[in-house]
Amino acid sequence: MKQRTPLLRKSAAQTLLASLLCILLGLLVGYLALLIIEPSGAWEAILAVLKNFLKYPTGAQKVKYLGSTLVKTAPLLLCSLSVLFAYKVGLFNIGVAGQYVLGAAASLGCALLAGLPWYVCLLAAVAAAAISGALCGVLRAYLNVNVVISGIMLNWISLYATNLILKGGMEKTGKDTIRLVKANKDAILPTLGLDKLFNNNQYVTIAIPIAIIVAIVIWVLLDKTKFGYELKATGNNLNAAKYCGMKENRNIILTMVIAAALAGLGAGLYYLSDFEQWNVNSSSVPAMGFNGIAAAFLGGLHPIGAIFSSFFIQHITLGGANVDLSHYCAQIADFISSIIIYLCGFVLFFKTCLNRALDRREEKKIQAAKANSATEEGGNK
Amino acid sequence: MVLLIQYTLIFAAVLLLVALGGCFSEHSGVINIGLEGIMVMGALGGALVMRFLPYNPDTANLLTNLGVFACVALASIAAGMIYSLLLAVACINFKADQTIVGTAMNLLGTALATVIVKSMNTAINPDDHSSEIQYINAKKAFLSDFGGKFELNWFVILAIILLVIATILLYKTRFGLRLRACGEHPQAADSVGINVYKMRYAGVLISGFLGGLGGITYITAGVSVWKFENGVAGFGFLALAVMIFGAWHPVRIAGAAVLFGLFRALGNVYNGIPLLANMGIPSAVYNMLPYIVSLIVLAFTSKNSRAPKAEGIPYDKGQR
Amino acid sequence: MSNEHYAIEMLNITKRFPGIIANDNITLQLKTGEIHALLGENGAGKSTLMSVLFGLYQPEEGIIKKDGVEVSIRNPNDANALHIGMVHQHFKLVECFSVLDNIILGVEPTHMGFLQKAEAREKVLALSEKYGLHVDPDAMIEDITVGMQQRTEILKMLYRDNEILIFDEPTAVLTPQEIDELMEIMRGLAREGKSILFISHKLNEIMSVADRCTVLRKGKYVGTVNVADTTKEELSRMMVGRDVEFVVHKDPAKPTDVVLNVEHMTVASKMHSNNAVKDVSFKVRRGEIVCIAGIDGNGQTELVYGISGLEPLKTGKLELCGKDITKAPIRKRNTSGMSHIPEDRHKHGLVLDYTLENNLVLQRYFEPEFTNKAGFLRKGNIRTYAERLIEQYDVRSGQGPITIARSMSGGNQQKAIVAREIDKDPELLIAVQPTRGLDVGAIEYIHKQIVAHRDAGNAVLLVSLELDEVMSLSDRILVMYEGEIVGELDPKKTTVEELGLYMAGAKRMEVQ
Repeated sequence: MKQRTPLLRKSAAQTLLASLLCILLGLLVGYLALLIIEPSGAWEAILAVLKNFLKYPTGAQKVKYLGSTLVKTAPLLLCSLSVLFAYKVGLFNIGVAGQYVLGAAASLGCALLAGLPWYVCLLAAVAAAAISGALCGVLRAYLNVNVVISGIMLNWISLYATNLILKGGMEKTGKDTIRLVKANKDAILPTLGLDKLFNNNQYVTIAIPIAIIVAIVIWVLLDKTKFGYELKATGNNLNAAKYCGMKENRNIILTMVIAAALAGLGAGLYYLSDFEQWNVNSSSVPAMGFNGIAAAFLGGLHPIGAIFSSFFIQHITLGGANVDLSHYCAQIADFISSIIIYLCGFVLFFKTCLNRALDRREEKKIQAAKANSATEEGGNK
Repeated sequence: MVLLIQYTLIFAAVLLLVALGGCFSEHSGVINIGLEGIMVMGALGGALVMRFLPYNPDTANLLTNLGVFACVALASIAAGMIYSLLLAVACINFKADQTIVGTAMNLLGTALATVIVKSMNTAINPDDHSSEIQYINAKKAFLSDFGGKFELNWFVILAIILLVIATILLYKTRFGLRLRACGEHPQAADSVGINVYKMRYAGVLISGFLGGLGGITYITAGVSVWKFENGVAGFGFLALAVMIFGAWHPVRIAGAAVLFGLFRALGNVYNGIPLLANMGIPSAVYNMLPYIVSLIVLAFTSKNSRAPKAEGIPYDKGQR
Repeated sequence: MSNEHYAIEMLNITKRFPGIIANDNITLQLKTGEIHALLGENGAGKSTLMSVLFGLYQPEEGIIKKDGVEVSIRNPNDANALHIGMVHQHFKLVECFSVLDNIILGVEPTHMGFLQKAEAREKVLALSEKYGLHVDPDAMIEDITVGMQQRTEILKMLYRDNEILIFDEPTAVLTPQEIDELMEIMRGLAREGKSILFISHKLNEIMSVADRCTVLRKGKYVGTVNVADTTKEELSRMMVGRDVEFVVHKDPAKPTDVVLNVEHMTVASKMHSNNAVKDVSFKVRRGEIVCIAGIDGNGQTELVYGISGLEPLKTGKLELCGKDITKAPIRKRNTSGMSHIPEDRHKHGLVLDYTLENNLVLQRYFEPEFTNKAGFLRKGNIRTYAERLIEQYDVRSGQGPITIARSMSGGNQQKAIVAREIDKDPELLIAVQPTRGLDVGAIEYIHKQIVAHRDAGNAVLLVSLELDEVMSLSDRILVMYEGEIVGELDPKKTTVEELGLYMAGAKRMEVQ
């Protein structure tokens, strides 16, 4: 006899429900905060956050700024893939921010200081981040250093190192690196005509399709291959992995290398679009990495879910800049996304509660059925 | 040189306070990754008091100074403790993943503080969109000046007093014995009638208390204006490294804090030391130093670490 | 009214959990000053009943009386206030605390919140003198033997002036000699007027120490008997509901070629600076079951880790079917004829969040049958294979191959591991406590599988703490004591008592 699992019992449905609940509660808290700051414009402000590019009146503009949102979504997606990939192996890759920064240093460094073409710059970004990930992995595998702490330390080290390296490629005025358009056109990613689709938004490059393809590859890798089977087994039960002969230390290091490489790729794809420059006086790591954590958990730790959650997080982050700045500040979006991550911590609890409620309902049904059949039997007598 | 000692003391005090906070939380069985966020909130509480407290250094006497100091400290403590409740509720009552919640608290701390300070500044002056609070005068209330050469921040003294209290509390009192039992073997504690949830709340709240104080100490170290967008530059995590290096024991934590404080202080004062200034090492390297040192130290000390056995594992009464 | 005086009465207790009734109308009456055994298989409802007595669960029906007066027990503190104490099966001791700290935890004598250990120490010393419970109050728990830890647990109860003492399977971790000592201590406590509830499934111990015995089966009350008026056979029939075979049917062993050859093996310990396994040599041949017997913690775990590759050898040599595997990685050993049913099925044996089918291929997922050349899993083949094993080894689960392993019962989890390891048809099967925590039916089944594997011409290395299992299943017994093999015995020619002397280190022979 084959039983069909009810929809609410399905893990995917539960995850989706939990994520939507997190978003809803996060927005609610954000709205309350806006109300406290200044009640009169709170509704417009939360709408502005949610609208982002939709605020523009014409369709052409909407498409153009949708393109800009996508340009920033691509690196975010890769950061969130980095976090979720490591998480499958039981590692919390908070170092994603630093790996992203190193990716920026390597790609911009190669582009501005060495004048290399875009594909070399991109590879350099991947390689630089991967090395930092390998360091984290080795420290964890052989010296038992907690990856959260080593990750944070590497974040700061990477930040200062990047500032130091990119000082050589600075604008004469200001503290930003030189735009690639001026310094090295070959280092800009090709658009393959994608820019035309988004109303000539020149920043729309192959970065976006690459990010989506990578997400699908990661999904296949985790779900369909022997390698994914091993990684997940290592993450779920390190001892069992060792017992059945998997090379658990190799798997840990390899995971950190791949996770870090994803973050580095994200940085490369972003900075080589020439959308933003690096500020060599940066005193904190870009928010991209940490938002990646939010996107990974909001996407239910699933690569395909991450595509949508990354877009959503980026959407509200950019939307945050549109609030009425005479009363509010753009950080309200950061506030909302951090509330969302906080709520993601409750997902397990939510699922347990849901399952318990479903159990109870089934129990009642069974008991009711029993009672029914008992009365029927009684009636037959 | 005097300046180096002054800065070492103050940074060591910050690390000591926050690491002790982490120590209490972990001894109760809860990993507190969110210390960074707690520091930001503590700093915000204290900074707001300093910003709005009427204080004139020229007419002040010791009593008013003490009063200001107490108000600032209490505000930081209150802010830190209230904020740490976020961790306690999520991880103790709802058995949430302690790493996710801690990370969220760090991000939330900075975002919330920025939102609060910015909207406050904008409300006072519509053209002011900065996230800065300035407290140049109020800070003088708790700085003792020794001949213009050496400045002693009263929070350093408070940190030393709290170190003594923390050691006694952990190892000489009933509370300490029970707290440590909850972090090592909560089932054992429960079986002799100790309320594990309550003890863990206590551990987390104490970490909020100390983390909040650490936050205000950090932003009064050498500067008199703070930009809240910047958070506290990973000090909460450095403190965790100090705690691991100090093997979860207050006295050893104090030693580790002084060592790490020294490296952090070098970044502030290397210009004043001719030998270092002449070497022409970029400032970025000095900025990196404490983090590099902590990474190396962790590499050598983590292998045989004796962390409380049950830390990070939510306690569920039903599972025995 | 009867004129008997009952210290504790649990009357008509019913406790339900979703899906099962753990205690169905159970009555237990403990007389003052008696030793009362509570007998039942795993899952009979003993633990639930004790949790009710301790206020960890609230029963749906039934009442509890203390000295004839109805009481309500809502949490362990209430139980403590009623002077009810318990030595748990898994000790509730904080390892990095001293004995004294553990004893006073929860009832610390204090002055203004500060601990007053001096007076506590005096009381502890007086108690250990009075009841012959010798243990150093300043020693750390992690440094003392299991027997001493148990004494610490008993002192914990006495320190709290408990009158009703519950021992939950207290002998599982002790040597036969330590068990005798414990029995003596229990008798002494009863003489002093303490009432003792003794939970066990070991009939010999119940016969030797208990006054009366209450039997539970599948959550139901079977009856209470005077131990003096009953027999072992009758008790076991009450416990299982049918006559149980104490013997495993098997033909005499016909050992042939050597499969496993261990020479001068030494393995370091993770717990202390001494070596856990010291210069051990032995051979296992085709067609025989060799059993490593010993008290828990005498190096058996590390011995198996060394052979299976989970821990490196410090010195020595290992040969499997004539090939040197001393330095071979685990995967190599697993694919060249070694299977390992691990001691702890949750720690090593299963990936609990994986489905049953994924767990069943844990040792073979990399074979061409399950992974194609490009590295993709052949999920169809995995399903077919899993379905065959489930059918053949009678592994029961809610949703068949796609059941999450975590949601399966312990017995079926173990069956799944046994299926996976035996189906590889290994020349050498290492089975560590393969029947731990299982009910009688599952135990019989697993024993049959192991014997069948031997009869098919393979070697079996069994590690067991259960003396009954050691005596009935093995063809040859090697006794381990403090990391060394101190005796080689023939189960047909030896007795449990003699085995016990070797296990306790009181006797040893030169073994080659």
